[in-house]
Amino acid sequence: MFWKTCLFLLTSVALNAQVASNADARLKSLEDATRAAQSSGDNAWMLTSCALVLFMTGPGLALFYGGLVRSKNVLGTMMHSFSLMVLATLLWAVVGYSLAFGEGNPFIGGFQYVFLHGVGATPNADYAPTIPHLTFMAFQLMFAIITPALISGAYAERMKFSTMLVYTTLWMLVVYFPMAHMVWGKGGLLNASLGGRIPCLDFAGGTVVHITSGISALVAALVLGPRAGYGREPMKPHSLVLSVIGACMLWVGWFGFNAGSALNASGLASSAFVATHFGAAAAAAGWMLAEWLHNGKPSILGAISGCVAGLVAITPAAGFVQPMPALAIGFLAGLFCFFMVTIVKMKLGYDDSLDAFGVHGAGGTLGALLTGVFATSLVNPIFKDASGRTLASGLLEGNAAQLGHQAVGVLIALSLGAAGSFVCLKIAAALCGLRPSSEQEEDGLDLSMHGEEGYNLES
Amino acid sequence: MKKIEAVIQPFKLEDVKEALKAIGIDGMTIIEVRGHGRQKGHKEVYRGQEYQVDLLPKVKLEMIVASARVDEVVQTLSTAARTGKIGDGKIFVTNVEEAIRIRNDERGEAAL
Repeated sequence: MFWKTCLFLLTSVALNAQVASNADARLKSLEDATRAAQSSGDNAWMLTSCALVLFMTGPGLALFYGGLVRSKNVLGTMMHSFSLMVLATLLWAVVGYSLAFGEGNPFIGGFQYVFLHGVGATPNADYAPTIPHLTFMAFQLMFAIITPALISGAYAERMKFSTMLVYTTLWMLVVYFPMAHMVWGKGGLLNASLGGRIPCLDFAGGTVVHITSGISALVAALVLGPRAGYGREPMKPHSLVLSVIGACMLWVGWFGFNAGSALNASGLASSAFVATHFGAAAAAAGWMLAEWLHNGKPSILGAISGCVAGLVAITPAAGFVQPMPALAIGFLAGLFCFFMVTIVKMKLGYDDSLDAFGVHGAGGTLGALLTGVFATSLVNPIFKDASGRTLASGLLEGNAAQLGHQAVGVLIALSLGAAGSFVCLKIAAALCGLRPSSEQEEDGLDLSMHGEEGYNLES
Repeated sequence: MKKIEAVIQPFKLEDVKEALKAIGIDGMTIIEVRGHGRQKGHKEVYRGQEYQVDLLPKVKLEMIVASARVDEVVQTLSTAARTGKIGDGKIFVTNVEEAIRIRNDERGEAAL
Protein backbone atom coordinates (compact mmCIF):
# COMPACT_ATOMS: atom_id res chain seq x y z
CA MET A 1 0.00 0.00 0.00
CA PHE A 2 2.75 2.38 1.03
CA TRP A 3 4.71 1.69 -2.12
CA LYS A 4 1.62 2.05 -4.23
CA THR A 5 0.95 5.49 -2.73
CA CYS A 6 4.54 6.53 -3.35
CA LEU A 7 4.36 5.39 -6.93
CA PHE A 8 1.12 7.27 -7.44
CA LEU A 9 2.57 10.45 -5.95
CA LEU A 10 5.70 10.20 -8.03
CA THR A 11 3.68 9.72 -11.19
CA SER A 12 1.43 12.70 -10.51
CA VAL A 13 4.41 14.94 -9.72
CA ALA A 14 5.98 13.90 -12.96
CA LEU A 15 2.73 14.51 -14.84
CA ASN A 16 2.25 17.91 -13.23
CA ALA A 17 5.79 18.86 -14.06
CA GLN A 18 5.14 17.88 -17.63
CA VAL A 19 1.94 19.93 -17.77
CA ALA A 20 3.76 22.89 -16.22
CA SER A 21 6.66 22.65 -18.60
CA ASN A 22 4.20 22.42 -21.48
CA ALA A 23 2.55 25.62 -20.25
CA ASP A 24 5.93 27.30 -19.87
CA ALA A 25 6.90 26.35 -23.36
CA ARG A 26 3.64 27.65 -24.77
CA LEU A 27 3.96 30.90 -22.81
CA LYS A 28 7.48 31.34 -24.06
CA SER A 29 6.49 30.73 -27.65
CA LEU A 30 3.62 33.22 -27.24
CA GLU A 31 6.02 35.80 -25.85
CA ASP A 32 8.42 35.18 -28.68
CA ALA A 33 5.62 35.55 -31.20
CA THR A 34 4.46 38.82 -29.59
CA ARG A 35 7.98 40.18 -29.61
CA ALA A 36 8.47 39.19 -33.23
CA ALA A 37 5.17 40.84 -34.19
CA GLN A 38 6.10 44.09 -32.44
CA SER A 39 9.54 43.97 -33.94
CA SER A 40 8.24 43.58 -37.48
CA GLY A 41 5.71 46.37 -36.96
CA ASP A 42 8.34 48.73 -35.58
CA ASN A 43 10.92 47.71 -38.14
CA ALA A 44 8.49 48.31 -41.01
CA TRP A 45 7.90 51.87 -39.87
CA MET A 46 11.58 52.51 -39.15
CA LEU A 47 12.75 51.27 -42.55
CA THR A 48 10.10 53.52 -44.12
CA SER A 49 11.38 56.41 -42.00
CA CYS A 50 14.96 55.74 -43.12
CA ALA A 51 13.86 56.05 -46.72
CA LEU A 52 11.83 59.20 -45.97
CA VAL A 53 14.79 60.92 -44.34
CA LEU A 54 17.08 60.08 -47.26
CA PHE A 55 14.37 61.43 -49.56
CA MET A 56 14.70 64.78 -47.75
CA THR A 57 18.26 65.25 -48.98
CA GLY A 58 17.82 63.85 -52.46
CA PRO A 59 15.68 64.96 -54.17
CA GLY A 60 14.12 67.22 -51.48
CA LEU A 61 16.96 69.51 -50.45
CA ALA A 62 18.67 69.23 -53.84
CA LEU A 63 15.56 70.65 -55.53
CA PHE A 64 14.84 73.21 -52.81
CA TYR A 65 18.37 74.62 -52.93
CA GLY A 66 18.82 73.96 -56.66
CA GLY A 67 15.87 76.17 -57.53
CA LEU A 68 17.09 79.03 -55.35
CA VAL A 69 20.44 79.53 -57.13
CA ARG A 70 21.12 81.01 -60.56
CA SER A 71 20.73 78.58 -63.46
CA LYS A 72 24.50 78.40 -64.02
CA ASN A 73 24.92 76.84 -60.56
CA VAL A 74 21.96 74.48 -60.43
CA LEU A 75 23.97 71.30 -60.94
CA GLY A 76 26.78 72.37 -58.62
CA THR A 77 24.20 72.97 -55.89
CA MET A 78 22.41 69.68 -56.47
CA MET A 79 25.80 67.99 -56.52
CA HIS A 80 26.44 69.26 -52.99
CA SER A 81 23.44 67.36 -51.66
CA PHE A 82 24.01 64.30 -53.79
CA SER A 83 27.73 63.96 -53.16
CA LEU A 84 27.10 64.25 -49.43
CA MET A 85 24.70 61.30 -49.65
CA VAL A 86 27.76 59.42 -50.85
CA LEU A 87 30.46 60.91 -48.64
CA ALA A 88 28.55 60.77 -45.34
CA THR A 89 27.57 57.15 -45.99
CA LEU A 90 31.20 56.09 -46.48
CA LEU A 91 32.34 57.95 -43.37
CA TRP A 92 29.47 56.52 -41.35
CA ALA A 93 30.22 52.94 -42.36
CA VAL A 94 33.91 53.19 -41.57
CA VAL A 95 34.02 55.15 -38.35
CA GLY A 96 31.12 57.60 -38.00
CA TYR A 97 28.52 55.35 -36.43
CA SER A 98 31.02 54.20 -33.84
CA LEU A 99 32.14 57.71 -32.93
CA ALA A 100 28.54 58.82 -32.55
CA PHE A 101 26.92 55.81 -30.92
CA GLY A 102 29.73 53.72 -29.50
CA GLU A 103 30.28 53.85 -25.76
CA GLY A 104 33.08 56.28 -25.10
CA ASN A 105 33.35 59.36 -22.94
CA PRO A 106 30.66 62.06 -22.54
CA PHE A 107 31.98 63.88 -25.63
CA ILE A 108 32.65 61.22 -28.25
CA GLY A 109 31.99 57.54 -28.78
CA GLY A 110 34.59 54.80 -28.89
CA PHE A 111 35.76 52.48 -31.64
CA GLN A 112 33.66 49.41 -30.80
CA TYR A 113 31.49 49.71 -33.94
CA VAL A 114 34.27 50.64 -36.38
CA PHE A 115 33.47 49.11 -39.81
CA LEU A 116 30.06 48.33 -38.24
CA HIS A 117 31.65 45.55 -36.22
CA GLY A 118 28.92 43.84 -34.18
CA VAL A 119 26.07 45.81 -35.75
CA GLY A 120 23.61 43.23 -37.00
CA ALA A 121 20.02 42.05 -36.79
CA THR A 122 20.07 41.77 -32.98
CA PRO A 123 18.59 44.94 -31.45
CA ASN A 124 20.72 47.29 -29.37
CA ALA A 125 18.77 47.37 -26.12
CA ASP A 126 20.07 50.81 -25.10
CA TYR A 127 18.95 52.64 -28.20
CA ALA A 128 16.04 50.79 -29.78
CA PRO A 129 15.14 47.44 -28.21
CA THR A 130 12.52 46.43 -30.78
CA ILE A 131 14.28 46.98 -34.11
CA PRO A 132 17.43 45.47 -35.60
CA HIS A 133 20.57 47.36 -34.69
CA LEU A 134 21.18 47.71 -38.44
CA THR A 135 17.94 49.63 -38.88
CA PHE A 136 18.88 52.01 -36.06
CA MET A 137 22.31 52.51 -37.63
CA ALA A 138 20.79 53.22 -41.07
CA PHE A 139 18.21 55.63 -39.63
CA GLN A 140 20.89 57.65 -37.87
CA LEU A 141 22.98 57.62 -41.05
CA MET A 142 20.27 59.51 -42.92
CA PHE A 143 20.58 62.31 -40.34
CA ALA A 144 24.34 62.37 -40.82
CA ILE A 145 23.69 62.86 -44.55
CA ILE A 146 21.27 65.76 -44.41
CA THR A 147 23.11 67.79 -41.75
CA PRO A 148 26.20 68.70 -43.81
CA ALA A 149 23.96 69.08 -46.88
CA LEU A 150 22.04 71.83 -45.06
CA ILE A 151 25.27 73.82 -44.69
CA SER A 152 25.67 73.89 -48.46
CA GLY A 153 22.98 76.58 -48.56
CA ALA A 154 25.51 79.05 -47.17
CA TYR A 155 28.41 78.35 -49.53
CA ALA A 156 26.28 77.68 -52.61
CA GLU A 157 27.55 79.21 -55.86
CA ARG A 158 31.07 79.89 -54.59
CA MET A 159 33.04 76.98 -53.10
CA LYS A 160 35.42 74.69 -54.93
CA PHE A 161 34.11 71.16 -55.08
CA SER A 162 37.31 69.60 -53.75
CA THR A 163 37.34 72.06 -50.85
CA MET A 164 33.74 71.19 -50.08
CA LEU A 165 34.57 67.48 -49.83
CA VAL A 166 37.56 68.05 -47.53
CA TYR A 167 35.70 70.58 -45.39
CA THR A 168 32.72 68.26 -44.93
CA THR A 169 34.86 65.22 -44.11
CA LEU A 170 36.65 67.16 -41.39
CA TRP A 171 33.43 68.75 -40.20
CA MET A 172 31.76 65.38 -39.70
CA LEU A 173 34.68 64.22 -37.57
CA VAL A 174 35.06 67.41 -35.56
CA VAL A 175 31.47 68.59 -35.18
CA TYR A 176 28.78 66.11 -36.16
CA PHE A 177 29.93 62.82 -34.64
CA PRO A 178 30.81 64.41 -31.26
CA MET A 179 27.56 66.41 -31.15
CA ALA A 180 25.44 63.38 -32.06
CA HIS A 181 27.23 61.42 -29.33
CA MET A 182 26.71 64.11 -26.72
CA VAL A 183 22.97 64.30 -27.34
CA TRP A 184 22.02 60.76 -28.41
CA GLY A 185 24.96 58.48 -27.63
CA LYS A 186 24.98 56.28 -24.53
CA GLY A 187 26.66 58.25 -21.74
CA GLY A 188 26.70 61.46 -23.83
CA LEU A 189 26.96 64.69 -21.87
CA LEU A 190 23.52 66.00 -22.89
CA ASN A 191 21.64 62.72 -23.28
CA ALA A 192 18.35 63.04 -21.40
CA SER A 193 17.37 59.38 -21.49
CA LEU A 194 20.71 57.59 -21.20
CA GLY A 195 22.36 59.19 -18.21
CA GLY A 196 23.70 62.53 -19.43
CA ARG A 197 24.88 65.02 -16.81
CA ILE A 198 22.95 67.89 -18.41
CA PRO A 199 19.70 66.39 -19.75
CA CYS A 200 18.88 68.39 -22.87
CA LEU A 201 15.64 67.46 -24.65
CA ASP A 202 16.26 67.07 -28.37
CA PHE A 203 13.81 64.65 -29.90
CA ALA A 204 14.96 64.59 -33.51
CA GLY A 205 17.98 66.82 -33.84
CA GLY A 206 17.28 70.51 -33.17
CA THR A 207 20.74 70.92 -31.68
CA VAL A 208 22.59 68.11 -33.42
CA VAL A 209 21.28 68.78 -36.91
CA HIS A 210 19.94 72.30 -37.20
CA ILE A 211 21.92 74.44 -34.77
CA THR A 212 25.27 72.88 -35.66
CA SER A 213 24.59 73.12 -39.40
CA GLY A 214 23.09 76.62 -39.12
CA ILE A 215 25.96 78.18 -37.19
CA SER A 216 28.53 76.33 -39.31
CA ALA A 217 26.79 77.78 -42.34
CA LEU A 218 27.06 81.32 -40.98
CA VAL A 219 30.77 80.86 -40.29
CA ALA A 220 31.25 79.46 -43.80
CA ALA A 221 29.45 82.44 -45.33
CA LEU A 222 31.67 84.85 -43.36
CA VAL A 223 34.94 83.03 -44.11
CA LEU A 224 34.15 82.72 -47.82
CA GLY A 225 32.88 86.26 -48.22
CA PRO A 226 30.00 87.21 -50.48
CA ARG A 227 29.43 85.86 -53.99
CA ALA A 228 31.05 87.93 -56.74
CA GLY A 229 28.67 90.76 -57.55
CA TYR A 230 26.56 90.29 -54.39
CA GLY A 231 24.38 93.36 -53.87
CA ARG A 232 25.12 94.71 -57.39
CA GLU A 233 24.00 91.97 -59.75
CA PRO A 234 20.59 90.35 -59.54
CA MET A 235 20.78 86.91 -57.89
CA LYS A 236 17.21 85.82 -58.21
CA PRO A 237 16.21 82.19 -57.69
CA HIS A 238 16.27 80.66 -61.17
CA SER A 239 13.31 78.35 -60.59
CA LEU A 240 10.96 78.65 -57.65
CA VAL A 241 9.04 75.79 -59.23
CA LEU A 242 11.89 73.42 -58.33
CA SER A 243 12.09 74.94 -54.86
CA VAL A 244 8.39 74.44 -54.17
CA ILE A 245 8.60 70.79 -55.22
CA GLY A 246 11.68 70.35 -53.03
CA ALA A 247 10.08 72.02 -50.02
CA CYS A 248 7.01 69.78 -50.30
CA MET A 249 9.29 66.75 -50.37
CA LEU A 250 11.05 68.06 -47.27
CA TRP A 251 7.70 68.39 -45.51
CA VAL A 252 6.80 64.77 -46.34
CA GLY A 253 10.26 63.45 -45.53
CA TRP A 254 10.21 65.21 -42.19
CA PHE A 255 7.55 62.76 -40.97
CA GLY A 256 10.26 60.11 -41.12
CA PHE A 257 12.74 62.46 -39.48
CA ASN A 258 10.54 63.34 -36.50
CA ALA A 259 7.97 60.58 -36.12
CA GLY A 260 10.70 58.06 -36.93
CA SER A 261 12.71 59.43 -34.03
CA ALA A 262 10.28 57.63 -31.71
CA LEU A 263 12.28 54.59 -32.95
CA ASN A 264 9.10 52.52 -32.96
CA ALA A 265 5.56 52.67 -34.32
CA SER A 266 3.97 53.72 -31.03
CA GLY A 267 1.61 56.49 -29.95
CA LEU A 268 4.68 58.64 -29.43
CA ALA A 269 5.40 58.39 -33.16
CA SER A 270 1.84 59.56 -33.89
CA SER A 271 2.27 62.43 -31.47
CA ALA A 272 5.52 63.51 -33.15
CA PHE A 273 3.89 63.14 -36.59
CA VAL A 274 1.04 65.46 -35.66
CA ALA A 275 3.30 68.01 -33.96
CA THR A 276 5.51 68.06 -37.05
CA HIS A 277 2.65 68.68 -39.42
CA PHE A 278 1.10 71.37 -37.25
CA GLY A 279 4.43 73.12 -36.74
CA ALA A 280 5.04 73.30 -40.50
CA ALA A 281 1.60 74.68 -41.31
CA ALA A 282 1.64 77.29 -38.53
CA ALA A 283 5.09 78.50 -39.52
CA ALA A 284 4.12 78.87 -43.18
CA ALA A 285 1.15 80.94 -42.00
CA GLY A 286 3.39 83.05 -39.73
CA TRP A 287 5.94 83.84 -42.45
CA MET A 288 3.24 84.62 -45.03
CA LEU A 289 1.45 86.92 -42.62
CA ALA A 290 4.65 88.77 -41.72
CA GLU A 291 5.55 89.12 -45.38
CA TRP A 292 2.08 90.28 -46.36
CA LEU A 293 2.18 93.00 -43.72
CA HIS A 294 5.80 93.96 -44.43
CA ASN A 295 5.96 93.80 -48.25
CA GLY A 296 2.31 93.99 -49.21
CA LYS A 297 2.39 90.57 -50.89
CA PRO A 298 2.64 87.00 -49.58
CA SER A 299 5.09 85.02 -51.74
CA ILE A 300 5.37 81.30 -52.37
CA LEU A 301 9.07 81.54 -51.52
CA GLY A 302 8.00 83.00 -48.17
CA ALA A 303 5.43 80.27 -47.61
CA ILE A 304 7.87 77.43 -48.28
CA SER A 305 10.65 79.11 -46.29
CA GLY A 306 8.23 79.43 -43.38
CA CYS A 307 7.25 75.78 -43.70
CA VAL A 308 10.90 74.68 -43.50
CA ALA A 309 11.53 77.04 -40.56
CA GLY A 310 8.59 75.46 -38.73
CA LEU A 311 9.80 71.94 -39.44
CA VAL A 312 13.21 72.93 -38.08
CA ALA A 313 11.79 74.48 -34.91
CA ILE A 314 9.46 71.58 -34.14
CA THR A 315 12.24 69.01 -34.61
CA PRO A 316 13.60 69.05 -31.03
CA ALA A 317 10.08 69.37 -29.60
CA ALA A 318 8.20 66.87 -31.77
CA GLY A 319 8.13 64.00 -29.26
CA PHE A 320 7.58 66.14 -26.18
CA VAL A 321 4.77 68.58 -26.97
CA GLN A 322 1.04 68.42 -27.59
CA PRO A 323 -0.57 69.64 -30.83
CA MET A 324 -1.54 73.15 -29.66
CA PRO A 325 1.94 74.07 -28.41
CA ALA A 326 3.22 72.70 -31.74
CA LEU A 327 1.09 75.31 -33.50
CA ALA A 328 2.56 78.01 -31.25
CA ILE A 329 6.16 76.88 -31.82
CA GLY A 330 5.60 76.80 -35.57
CA PHE A 331 3.95 80.19 -35.76
CA LEU A 332 6.68 81.85 -33.68
CA ALA A 333 9.35 80.19 -35.83
CA GLY A 334 7.71 81.56 -38.98
CA LEU A 335 7.77 85.11 -37.61
CA PHE A 336 11.27 84.84 -36.11
CA CYS A 337 12.96 83.34 -39.18
CA PHE A 338 11.26 85.89 -41.45
CA PHE A 339 12.77 88.58 -39.25
CA MET A 340 16.22 86.95 -39.30
CA VAL A 341 16.29 86.34 -43.05
CA THR A 342 14.78 89.52 -44.39
CA ILE A 343 15.74 92.13 -41.82
CA VAL A 344 18.72 91.02 -39.71
CA LYS A 345 20.64 89.56 -42.67
CA MET A 346 20.20 92.78 -44.68
CA LYS A 347 21.37 94.86 -41.72
CA LEU A 348 24.46 92.73 -41.08
CA GLY A 349 25.24 92.33 -44.77
CA TYR A 350 26.62 88.77 -44.79
CA ASP A 351 25.88 86.62 -47.83
CA ASP A 352 24.30 83.39 -46.61
CA SER A 353 23.24 82.48 -50.16
CA LEU A 354 20.22 80.33 -49.35
CA ASP A 355 19.71 81.28 -45.68
CA ALA A 356 20.96 78.13 -44.03
CA PHE A 357 21.66 80.15 -40.88
CA GLY A 358 18.52 82.28 -40.93
CA VAL A 359 16.31 79.20 -41.22
CA HIS A 360 18.21 76.32 -39.58
CA GLY A 361 20.36 78.17 -37.05
CA ALA A 362 17.69 80.60 -35.96
CA GLY A 363 14.77 78.15 -36.18
CA GLY A 364 16.75 75.42 -34.44
CA THR A 365 17.73 77.68 -31.56
CA LEU A 366 14.19 78.95 -31.06
CA GLY A 367 12.83 75.39 -31.23
CA ALA A 368 15.36 74.03 -28.73
CA LEU A 369 14.49 76.74 -26.19
CA LEU A 370 10.74 76.43 -26.71
CA THR A 371 11.04 72.68 -26.19
CA GLY A 372 12.18 73.49 -22.66
CA VAL A 373 9.05 75.59 -22.25
CA PHE A 374 6.35 73.35 -23.75
CA ALA A 375 7.65 69.80 -23.10
CA THR A 376 5.15 67.77 -21.11
CA SER A 377 5.30 64.37 -19.44
CA LEU A 378 1.79 63.69 -20.78
CA VAL A 379 3.34 63.14 -24.20
CA ASN A 380 6.62 61.62 -23.14
CA PRO A 381 7.38 60.76 -19.49
CA ILE A 382 11.12 61.04 -19.93
CA PHE A 383 12.18 62.14 -16.44
CA LYS A 384 11.55 59.77 -13.52
CA ASP A 385 12.65 59.80 -9.89
CA ALA A 386 14.37 56.92 -8.11
CA SER A 387 11.06 55.20 -7.32
CA GLY A 388 9.93 55.41 -10.93
CA ARG A 389 7.42 58.23 -10.57
CA THR A 390 7.16 60.57 -13.54
CA LEU A 391 8.62 64.05 -13.10
CA ALA A 392 7.74 67.30 -14.88
CA SER A 393 9.38 67.86 -18.29
CA GLY A 394 9.23 71.53 -19.28
CA LEU A 395 8.86 75.01 -17.81
CA LEU A 396 5.07 75.19 -18.12
CA GLU A 397 4.76 71.86 -16.34
CA GLY A 398 6.86 73.18 -13.46
CA ASN A 399 10.41 72.19 -14.39
CA ALA A 400 12.03 75.59 -14.79
CA ALA A 401 15.53 74.11 -14.76
CA GLN A 402 14.85 72.48 -18.12
CA LEU A 403 15.04 75.83 -19.91
CA GLY A 404 18.55 76.20 -18.52
CA HIS A 405 19.51 72.72 -19.70
CA GLN A 406 18.17 73.54 -23.16
CA ALA A 407 20.22 76.74 -23.19
CA VAL A 408 23.37 74.79 -22.32
CA GLY A 409 22.65 72.39 -25.18
CA VAL A 410 22.16 75.33 -27.55
CA LEU A 411 25.38 77.02 -26.41
CA ILE A 412 27.43 73.85 -26.79
CA ALA A 413 26.02 73.29 -30.29
CA LEU A 414 26.65 76.91 -31.27
CA SER A 415 30.22 76.98 -29.95
CA LEU A 416 31.21 73.58 -31.30
CA GLY A 417 29.64 74.35 -34.68
CA ALA A 418 31.22 77.79 -34.99
CA ALA A 419 34.72 76.78 -33.88
CA GLY A 420 34.62 73.48 -35.76
CA SER A 421 33.41 75.02 -38.99
CA PHE A 422 36.11 77.74 -38.84
CA VAL A 423 38.97 75.32 -38.24
CA CYS A 424 37.78 72.81 -40.87
CA LEU A 425 37.39 75.57 -43.47
CA LYS A 426 40.88 76.89 -42.78
CA ILE A 427 42.41 73.42 -43.13
CA ALA A 428 40.42 72.70 -46.30
CA ALA A 429 41.45 76.07 -47.74
CA ALA A 430 45.11 75.38 -47.00
CA LEU A 431 44.86 72.01 -48.77
CA CYS A 432 42.71 72.88 -51.79
CA GLY A 433 42.11 76.64 -51.87
CA LEU A 434 38.80 78.11 -50.81
CA ARG A 435 36.97 79.54 -53.80
CA PRO A 436 37.01 78.94 -57.53
CA SER A 437 38.83 81.59 -59.59
CA SER A 438 36.70 84.63 -60.33
CA GLU A 439 36.47 83.47 -63.94
CA GLN A 440 35.20 80.05 -62.85
CA GLU A 441 32.69 81.66 -60.50
CA GLU A 442 31.53 83.91 -63.33
CA ASP A 443 31.06 80.90 -65.65
CA GLY A 444 29.13 79.08 -62.94
CA LEU A 445 30.05 75.98 -60.97
CA ASP A 446 28.15 73.67 -63.34
CA LEU A 447 30.63 74.31 -66.11
CA SER A 448 33.76 75.11 -64.15
CA MET A 449 33.56 72.36 -61.51
CA HIS A 450 31.60 69.63 -63.28
CA GLY A 451 31.88 70.31 -67.01
CA GLU A 452 28.15 70.21 -67.73
CA GLU A 453 25.08 72.40 -67.84
CA GLY A 454 21.69 71.97 -66.20
CA TYR A 455 19.60 73.14 -69.13
CA ASN A 456 20.56 72.30 -72.70
CA LEU A 457 17.40 73.64 -74.27
CA GLU A 458 18.70 73.69 -77.82
CA SER A 459 19.77 70.06 -77.83
CA MET B 1 11.17 96.10 -100.61
CA LYS B 2 10.83 97.15 -97.03
CA LYS B 3 11.61 95.47 -93.76
CA ILE B 4 8.99 95.90 -91.06
CA GLU B 5 10.10 95.28 -87.49
CA ALA B 6 7.51 95.40 -84.76
CA VAL B 7 8.06 95.01 -81.02
CA ILE B 8 4.73 94.07 -79.48
CA GLN B 9 3.14 92.69 -76.29
CA PRO B 10 3.56 88.90 -76.25
CA PHE B 11 -0.14 88.32 -75.59
CA LYS B 12 -1.01 90.25 -78.80
CA LEU B 13 0.97 87.88 -81.04
CA GLU B 14 -1.98 85.69 -82.00
CA ASP B 15 -4.18 88.67 -82.91
CA VAL B 16 -1.41 90.16 -85.04
CA LYS B 17 -0.69 86.89 -86.82
CA GLU B 18 -4.34 86.40 -87.69
CA ALA B 19 -4.81 89.96 -88.92
CA LEU B 20 -1.74 89.69 -91.16
CA LYS B 21 -2.83 86.34 -92.49
CA ALA B 22 -6.20 87.88 -93.39
CA ILE B 23 -4.48 90.38 -95.69
CA GLY B 24 -2.29 87.68 -97.22
CA ILE B 25 0.97 88.05 -95.30
CA ASP B 26 2.06 84.60 -94.13
CA GLY B 27 5.83 84.94 -93.89
CA MET B 28 7.34 86.34 -90.75
CA THR B 29 10.13 85.69 -88.25
CA ILE B 30 9.42 85.97 -84.54
CA ILE B 31 11.98 86.54 -81.78
CA GLU B 32 11.32 86.56 -78.05
CA VAL B 33 13.08 89.62 -76.68
CA ARG B 34 13.33 91.73 -73.55
CA GLY B 35 13.29 95.47 -73.48
CA HIS B 36 11.64 98.63 -72.37
CA GLY B 37 10.68 102.03 -73.64
CA ARG B 38 8.64 104.39 -71.54
CA GLN B 39 6.79 101.56 -69.81
CA LYS B 40 7.99 101.13 -66.24
CA GLY B 41 9.12 97.70 -64.99
CA HIS B 42 8.08 96.07 -61.74
CA LYS B 43 9.52 95.17 -58.34
CA GLU B 44 10.23 91.60 -57.23
CA VAL B 45 11.10 90.62 -53.66
CA TYR B 46 12.90 87.37 -52.75
CA ARG B 47 13.35 86.91 -48.99
CA GLY B 48 13.70 90.63 -48.46
CA GLN B 49 16.03 91.12 -51.45
CA GLU B 50 14.38 93.62 -53.81
CA TYR B 51 14.94 93.61 -57.54
CA GLN B 52 13.70 96.26 -59.95
CA VAL B 53 12.91 94.46 -63.17
CA ASP B 54 13.04 96.97 -66.05
CA LEU B 55 13.47 94.69 -69.03
CA LEU B 56 10.12 93.16 -69.79
CA PRO B 57 9.40 90.27 -72.12
CA LYS B 58 8.28 91.34 -75.61
CA VAL B 59 7.89 89.69 -78.99
CA LYS B 60 9.63 91.07 -82.05
CA LEU B 61 8.23 90.36 -85.53
CA GLU B 62 10.29 90.79 -88.65
CA MET B 63 8.92 90.63 -92.16
CA ILE B 64 9.98 91.84 -95.59
CA VAL B 65 7.18 93.09 -97.86
CA ALA B 66 6.83 94.66 -101.29
CA SER B 67 7.12 98.46 -100.99
CA ALA B 68 3.58 98.92 -102.31
CA ARG B 69 2.08 96.99 -99.40
CA VAL B 70 3.93 98.71 -96.54
CA ASP B 71 1.21 101.11 -95.47
CA GLU B 72 -1.46 98.44 -95.47
CA VAL B 73 0.68 96.02 -93.44
CA VAL B 74 1.75 98.66 -90.91
CA GLN B 75 -1.85 99.77 -90.43
CA THR B 76 -3.10 96.21 -89.94
CA LEU B 77 -0.30 95.39 -87.54
CA SER B 78 -0.75 98.53 -85.52
CA THR B 79 -4.50 98.06 -85.15
CA ALA B 80 -4.17 94.41 -84.16
CA ALA B 81 -1.43 95.01 -81.58
CA ARG B 82 -3.00 98.04 -79.92
CA THR B 83 -4.45 98.04 -76.40
CA GLY B 84 -4.12 101.80 -75.93
CA LYS B 85 -1.84 101.51 -72.93
CA ILE B 86 1.84 102.29 -72.45
CA GLY B 87 3.87 99.25 -73.42
CA ASP B 88 2.07 98.40 -76.68
CA GLY B 89 5.38 98.64 -78.54
CA LYS B 90 6.74 100.18 -81.74
CA ILE B 91 7.02 99.53 -85.48
CA PHE B 92 10.10 100.36 -87.57
CA VAL B 93 10.33 100.38 -91.37
CA THR B 94 13.63 100.22 -93.29
CA ASN B 95 14.76 99.70 -96.87
CA VAL B 96 15.91 96.29 -98.05
CA GLU B 97 18.31 96.08 -101.02
CA GLU B 98 17.90 92.49 -102.06
CA ALA B 99 16.13 89.23 -101.21
CA ILE B 100 17.35 85.83 -102.39
CA ARG B 101 15.48 82.55 -102.13
CA ILE B 102 18.09 79.96 -101.22
CA ARG B 103 16.27 77.06 -102.88
CA ASN B 104 16.43 78.42 -106.42
CA ASP B 105 18.27 81.79 -106.36
CA GLU B 106 15.12 83.77 -107.20
CA ARG B 107 15.73 87.45 -106.48
CA GLY B 108 13.77 90.57 -105.54
CA GLU B 109 10.08 90.61 -104.69
CA ALA B 110 9.65 87.23 -106.35
CA ALA B 111 11.72 85.75 -103.56
CA LEU B 112 9.39 87.03 -100.81
